[in-house]
Amino acid sequence: MSAEAILFYGMSAIVLTFACLCVFTRRIFRAAVYLLATLIGVAGIYMLMDMNFVAALQIMIYVGGIVVLIIFSIFLTHNTGRRLPLQKRSFRLVSLGLPLIAFFLVIYVLLQHPFASDYITVASSLDVKEIGMQLFDYKTTGYIFPFEMVSILLLAALVGSIVIAQKSK
Amino acid sequence: MNEIPLSHVMILSSALFFLGVYGFFSRRNLITILMSIELILNSVNINFVAFNKYLYPGTLDGVFFTLFIIIVAAAEVSLSIAIIINLYRKFKAVDVDQTTTMKY
Repeated sequence: MSAEAILFYGMSAIVLTFACLCVFTRRIFRAAVYLLATLIGVAGIYMLMDMNFVAALQIMIYVGGIVVLIIFSIFLTHNTGRRLPLQKRSFRLVSLGLPLIAFFLVIYVLLQHPFASDYITVASSLDVKEIGMQLFDYKTTGYIFPFEMVSILLLAALVGSIVIAQKSK
Repeated sequence: MNEIPLSHVMILSSALFFLGVYGFFSRRNLITILMSIELILNSVNINFVAFNKYLYPGTLDGVFFTLFIIIVAAAEVSLSIAIIINLYRKFKAVDVDQTTTMKY
């Protein structure tokens, strides 16, 4: 096993452990901190795949923006010392069993599916110039229209969240 | 990453996805439901990046999809935090079974 494989499996173990903790814990602030650790682990996995730009984006937007926003809203709306109430036992069993069944089904299908190449054959790296050239190209690949749409969406979300959260007179 | 098969990355992302689904089912608190949605979106992002890296190394379409998903997730979280804070002002609670104004 090479160092990269050890790093990948260790990183996956970290991601899955913290995701489990985030989903199973009953203290909401701890859940937010575990979510933070999960997102950083996912950024590490992107970095192992040579997708440095995506990893940087993940750290900036998810860790720096979304989790901070979630923690702020937890402090605004919760008494963080109290534990979240438990569900009924039957409800918990069903909501654990259904995803578990679906998970094993997905694994079963996944391990039988023949992918075109199961290993990385062509080494490719991601530089920002290439991203810009392909993102703003309007001849062959063409993501200029979704790009503009996303900017409108961000503006709408900005205005909408201010309007929704303001105090009504 | 030359030794890791694509299926192992897929197994990681599907485990993350179904952990998110479990959280989505079992939680009643709106903020923790939001966190579960973030887990689900992240697993989808891992899938897109891995498919791009393993199967289509010449193009960058998976990276662009990941980019757009991250941006839309940021917009979604900011809007839903605004809605949650507004709900808290009205009901003094952010549980899905207590905020039932639009139920019937």
